[in-house]
Amino acid sequence: MRSNLNFFSDERFRSIFFQTLVVGLFALGIFFIVQTTAYNLEKRNIATGWRFLSDPAGFDISFSPFLEFKSTDTHLKVYFVGVLNTLLVSITGCIAATILGFLVGIIRLSSNWLLSRISYIYVEFTRNVPLLLQIILWYSILIQLPRVKQSLQILDVFYISNRGLYSPRPIFESGFTYIFIAIILALISSFFIRRWAKKRQDLTGDQYPVFYTSFGLIFIIPLILFFILGSPMSFEYPEMKGFNFKGGLVIRPEFIAMFLALSIYTAAFISETVRAGILSVTKGQREASAALGLKQSWIMRLIIIPQALRVIVPPLTSQYLNLTKNSSLGIAVGYADLVHGFGGISLNQTGQAIECMVIVMATYLTISLTISFFMNIYNRSIQFKEK
Amino acid sequence: MKKLLSIFAVVAFAFSAHAGTLDDVKNRGFLKCGVTTGLAGFAAPDDSGEWAGLDADMCRAVAVAVFGDRSKVEFITTTGKSRFPTLASGEVDMLARNTTWTISRDVNLGFEFVGVNFYDGQGFMIPSALGVSSATELDGATVCIQTGTTTELNLADFFRLNGISYEALPIETNDEGKENLFAGRCDVYTTDASGLSSTRAAASNPDKWVVLPEIISKEPLGPLVRHGDHQWGDVVRWSLNAMIIAEELGVTSENVDAQLGSNVPEVLRLLGVEGSYGEMLELAPDWAYQIIKQIGNYSESYEANVGPDTPLEIARGLNALWTQGGILYAPPFR
Repeated sequence: MRSNLNFFSDERFRSIFFQTLVVGLFALGIFFIVQTTAYNLEKRNIATGWRFLSDPAGFDISFSPFLEFKSTDTHLKVYFVGVLNTLLVSITGCIAATILGFLVGIIRLSSNWLLSRISYIYVEFTRNVPLLLQIILWYSILIQLPRVKQSLQILDVFYISNRGLYSPRPIFESGFTYIFIAIILALISSFFIRRWAKKRQDLTGDQYPVFYTSFGLIFIIPLILFFILGSPMSFEYPEMKGFNFKGGLVIRPEFIAMFLALSIYTAAFISETVRAGILSVTKGQREASAALGLKQSWIMRLIIIPQALRVIVPPLTSQYLNLTKNSSLGIAVGYADLVHGFGGISLNQTGQAIECMVIVMATYLTISLTISFFMNIYNRSIQFKEK
Repeated sequence: MKKLLSIFAVVAFAFSAHAGTLDDVKNRGFLKCGVTTGLAGFAAPDDSGEWAGLDADMCRAVAVAVFGDRSKVEFITTTGKSRFPTLASGEVDMLARNTTWTISRDVNLGFEFVGVNFYDGQGFMIPSALGVSSATELDGATVCIQTGTTTELNLADFFRLNGISYEALPIETNDEGKENLFAGRCDVYTTDASGLSSTRAAASNPDKWVVLPEIISKEPLGPLVRHGDHQWGDVVRWSLNAMIIAEELGVTSENVDAQLGSNVPEVLRLLGVEGSYGEMLELAPDWAYQIIKQIGNYSESYEANVGPDTPLEIARGLNALWTQGGILYAPPFR
């Protein structure tokens, strides 16, 4: 009896005991859920398994910019099409939201009363209206554009209608490989030039025109090469044939609605993060750099932003995660993302709800963890380095 | 540990075990019936906010069979996608939702189709201004299609078979389909021909739309219940059959009282004057009488909701009785 009491008064034993208990109960809970599910599925005669993944899908997906999709392809391919479409809208959305968010955040702090008010209203409006409504709003506006037969025409090559934005599609001919290689080489060498220039500046104080050099390497040289090789690129123009435009590049209203809604909504949050970050840099920093005679734009770029980033990046990461997860709302406007295609149509046609949902959830988890991983690396690189 | 597990097993069983659906419905006091989100003629709220339509009548007929009261039903809207999980999870007792009877739904999804209350087929609707007269001329068209339906699969098959291309615009509900079609986001809308008639009737100018002649599939639409509860399945099945048999026998909501004194044995059995068929189904003896009295026979329901005199203007066609050139046929009432 006494020894029992002693066990519990031992802090180490107690903590191990309770932790084991909690983990045990958790595992038991999971076990219980799995058992109940399996039991009920069996009771309702619902077949389970992964066999359906290799069955032909039987339906068509029209929005598949990266993979050719036919109705005879498998459900597994539906999954990949969905993942790519989710990534497409997430990545483009994150980029646009970051740019817009930084702009709005900085403008919000501007001394121009009108500009700062406009960004204030923008932020308060967009972040206080549910995202789903914004997506539907954008879509409703877009499908009120002219019908395909009455498309708006810009420069005879762009067509805007409620079927999307049609533009010429570049076709790269054989010689273009060299230009492509030249651009890659230029990008790599620009990176090293930048490192070298920074080191030199640290040692000697001399500056080197990194921007102009890189610009020349990346744009001018490939451009000259392009003409030397005899312009190895042509365009395929969209052409009205029967019901629709044929050929060319098309951006669908479903994508545009998702892209606009996601980036504008998330940018409002990012702008607040940016504002908080900039305000977290003490006034003394700004005054000191002004006293050193730095230009206004340099103060922002070299003094304020690098310090603000330390505060901005962690919440920025969670905004990226939010945007990616919010892209699952694409179902509202028929954007063929992962949830709509695989988690919706495939699920419904096969009836394998649990399997499909497990796969979809695991995929979002993977994407989110990947974003977190890279953002954490970036975050570490911008933190104060104690010397 | 073993004891704990067995407790869990009991709890799990309690969660999943159903008493008979019929008893559940009786205890609850009303029927939960899954219907569409609104398809005129089949299930849609009418001007006074009451659910009306062929499928709504099906729900009411079951409510009448169980309670003798056509108002004892709660209509629960389901999309093409949510309907099966809603039924499987027990959130509704039955579906009367333009649902096509297929082998995979009957067998793999664990449901039981109890009959067919409308024989349909998939068609195409297109603005008459486009001058298209056959579905094989639809090469390159953008097609609005409800996801998660059999029509989605038929569509892909049809275009593949005919070697023509199309762009699918996936939509969730019939209303979304209407919106996209009327805005010109898609050229063609494809769904069951009855659904097209319903959509056309809802257009501001129905003459501007044509339903193409091709019917590319068999779509027997019918009510369904969860697999394994045969007693409940029988109640729904015979509620439908009673309406069809009443039409065969010429019993209508108007003459049903007079028919109580009929000399036709099957009429007397149907109306519960002879035999104990109500007892077999654990229903009141006059259950079928009440259905006919309060809802009407199949023909009355058809003519009131989808027939030639309604905006849908669908002729009886396949849905006429087997004696009148259709394929509507119910097993004998004996």
